[in-house]
Parts: sequence; C-alpha cells; structure tokens
Amino acid sequence: MTLPTQGPPADDPTCYSRFVNEWLCWQYVEDRRGEILDALAEHVAITLAAVALGVLLALPLALLARRFPRLETAVLGFSTGLYTIPSLALLPLLVPFTGLSAATVVIGLGLYALTILVRALLDGLRSVPDDVREAATGLGYGRARLLVRVELPLALPVVMAGLRVATVSTVALTTIGTLVAYGGLGDLISHGVQRDFRSELLTAALLCVALAALLDVVLVVTQRLLTPWTRGAGA
Amino acid sequence: MNLFAETWSYLLDGTHWTGDGGLLARLVEQLLLTVTALGAALLVGLPVALWLGHRGRGGFLAVNISNVGRAVPTFALLAILVAADWPGSAPLGPYGRAGLATLIALALFALPPIITNAYVGVREVPHEVREAARGMGMSERQLFRRVELPLALPVVASGVRLALVQVWATATIAALVAGPGLGRIITEGFARNDYAQGMAGAVVVAGVALVLELAAAGVQRAFDPLPRGPARARDDDVSEPAATVAGAPTGG
Repeated sequence: MTLPTQGPPADDPTCYSRFVNEWLCWQYVEDRRGEILDALAEHVAITLAAVALGVLLALPLALLARRFPRLETAVLGFSTGLYTIPSLALLPLLVPFTGLSAATVVIGLGLYALTILVRALLDGLRSVPDDVREAATGLGYGRARLLVRVELPLALPVVMAGLRVATVSTVALTTIGTLVAYGGLGDLISHGVQRDFRSELLTAALLCVALAALLDVVLVVTQRLLTPWTRGAGA
Repeated sequence: MNLFAETWSYLLDGTHWTGDGGLLARLVEQLLLTVTALGAALLVGLPVALWLGHRGRGGFLAVNISNVGRAVPTFALLAILVAADWPGSAPLGPYGRAGLATLIALALFALPPIITNAYVGVREVPHEVREAARGMGMSERQLFRRVELPLALPVVASGVRLALVQVWATATIAALVAGPGLGRIITEGFARNDYAQGMAGAVVVAGVALVLELAAAGVQRAFDPLPRGPARARDDDVSEPAATVAGAPTGG
C-alpha cells in the first residue's frame, strides 16, 4: 500500500495525499472503508477472544484459590508476575509456541486479562455476606448450586467492575499485536507511522478509543440488566 | 527447542551487548527514559493530586483520569506525537530518535496511577485523625505535612511503584515508532526474521521488569513509616483497591 497521489493533482489533491496529509480526512475513510472495517473486525475479534480466554482461565483459578487458601498467594503472585512482563516482550516469548498468528496475541492478552479478573472474582466472592451463604446452605443448597445460584450473582457487581477494566485495557493492548502483524487497528497505526500517513493513524486511534467506550457501555448495560436488585441502592 | 538454545547463545554472546544499539546501550536508554518520564509525571501529578486530596475536591477527576488513561492506547498516542509537527520524531540528546515524543507519551501514561493513588491515599486518612490534629491546634499546613502525608505515604508509594514498572514495560513500545529502548532489539529481530534476537530482547525486558518490581517493593517496605502488625492489614485494605483502580495495562 502506498499513499495515493492520483486524481487531478494540480487543482484538487485529496486531503490525505502525500502533499496535504491532513489528520482528519473523510475522503480517506470512504476510499479505504473495506480496509478499515477489516481491521476493526479483527480488533474486536481479538479483544473478545482474549477477554473470553481470561474469564475461562480466571474462574477455575479463583475457585481453586478460594477453596485452598494456601494456594491464594501462589495464584495471585503468579498472575501478578505475568502482569509485570511487558506486552511487547510477552508476544515474542509466545512466538515459539504459537508462531506469528492471532493466537499469539489472544493468548498474551488473555494472560493480562487473567490478572485483573482473578482479583475481581476473589474480591467479588468475598463480598458475598456470610449469612446469605449460611441461609442458602440451610435451605439445602449444595456447593455447586450455592455457587451458581447465590454466590456468583451476588459477586457480579464486583466481578463486572473488573471485567470492564480488563476489556478496556485489552482494547488498548490489542494494538501491540501489530508486532506479529495481528494488531487489528494497531496495524493501521503502525502503517500510518511508517508512511507518515496522518489520517490513517488518527482514524485508527480514534476508532480504538470509541471501541473501548462502546464495549464499556455494553458491559454497564449488561450489568444493570443482570443485577436488577442493585438499582436504586447506588451500587 | 532450538529457538531457546539460539536465544541463550545470543544472550551469552558479548558482542550483542556492546556497541551502539547493543543490548546494554538500549537498556541504559530505556532506563533513562523510564526515570525521566516518571520524574516528570511525579513533578506534575503528585502536588496536584495531594492538594486535591487535602481539599477533598476533584475525586471525580482523579478517578476518571485513570479510566480515560486506560482506554487510550499509548501506542496510538505515541504514533500521533511522532507524526505531528511537534514534537515529531527528531532525536533528543541521549534519548535518541523520537525521544521527546516518547517521553511525553510515557509521562502521560504514568500520571493515572500516581494521581489516583495520591488522591485516594490522602482522602483515606480517617476523619477523626484529622479532627484530632485540628483540635491540637495544627494549622492546615501542619495537618497536611505532619499527619496526612505520613499516613498517606504507603498508598502514594504503591502508586509510584505501579507507575515505575508500567512505564518501564510501556517504554518498550517506543520501538514501534522506531524510537529508543530495548524494544528496538525485539522489533529489529522480528523485522529480520531473527527470532532469537527478538526473544533475547524480550527476556531482558521481562527480567529487568521483575527486578524493578522487586526492588521497588523492597524500597517501599524499607521506608514504610508505619509499624508492622495489626495496623498492616488495614493499610493493605486501603492500598489494594486503589492499586487495582489504577491498574492500567502494561503497554497499549
């Protein structure tokens, strides 16, 4: 891909031509709509897959840490240790196992999401009042039913707060995936840097922020629908 | 696995460490970036956040700065700064190409945890303690310097510690705009299909990140003004949610 210099250059170069290089250029968005939408779709797919992976890994880890308090320090220490590994360093470390693929990005970002989610799950489960738990046990709830029907729903507000943080961070982090050529909008940003193509990189950056805001709103609305009892309680 | 052996021998080869753009030079570059950016963020963020905490105003601002900060990819911000006419990608002294743009992006990235924790730390000082200090005739200034600041220190310090490690980690992405730091070793390795080099860079970055984290934890413990024991548990309760709130991504 090169900067287009076609069109009638003398009188009317497009606002994103090499000579004008404006930051905001609707013409660019129209001309490259397919490319932008592809990058956006890849970004969304990687983000959602990474967060889903984080949840899938965090739930058993959190339950394990709660069941065996001795493991809690180990689990939290392990996931915090993962978090200190810089994202641009984590991806190369995964490459021997997963190659230059979207899986590398998904696994790497899933591990980051894991740290936030394990903490949120543990805090959430801890926030369930003991008397509620005892009442449910007294009603004959087994361990599994207690977890699914009572504890997880009550932990939801705290867990969802963690999920929001994890999701918004993951949207931003996905751009780093450009290192292995699977960065969604990040690929557009790095291409824009290499070619000094301003409207491409600003458009991608704005879409990133918009996507993070949108997903955050979706999660807030979901939480309100799932936890009708917190409404009006100021939670 | 062959790649691991290759990475290991890359790291053991002394010639990869020395010279312009060698591992050591890049490491120093990145440390310099980290310290400068963190220093700038502390200089700007700490006084404002502590003062806001003392006045009990702007909590909304303090919390939301960190939320917005999380949503803006540092990479995108860096890319915009580099492509702009100012600061652009010009070299800046020992920081190398795109030095100024990288410093600005990193300092902005360091602000949220510093501001949030400093604000929360001062705010969390119990009301009765404040009242008691006022009752003893302390002026507002004395109250701040002799009561609020010492009590808030653990939370403030944990924010600074978080910022230090995160800035170090994030400084790596300067390489995505051909800027300074160890990330260059990684991106150059990938660009030349020399994955051993990419891995070697990653190992050094991750290793230093862990060392910084442990060192910062050690320093924090050594300067903790509060005695250990039962009081400790309460402090942790205070600092942990704050740290989680400020927990921005390592990169992005």
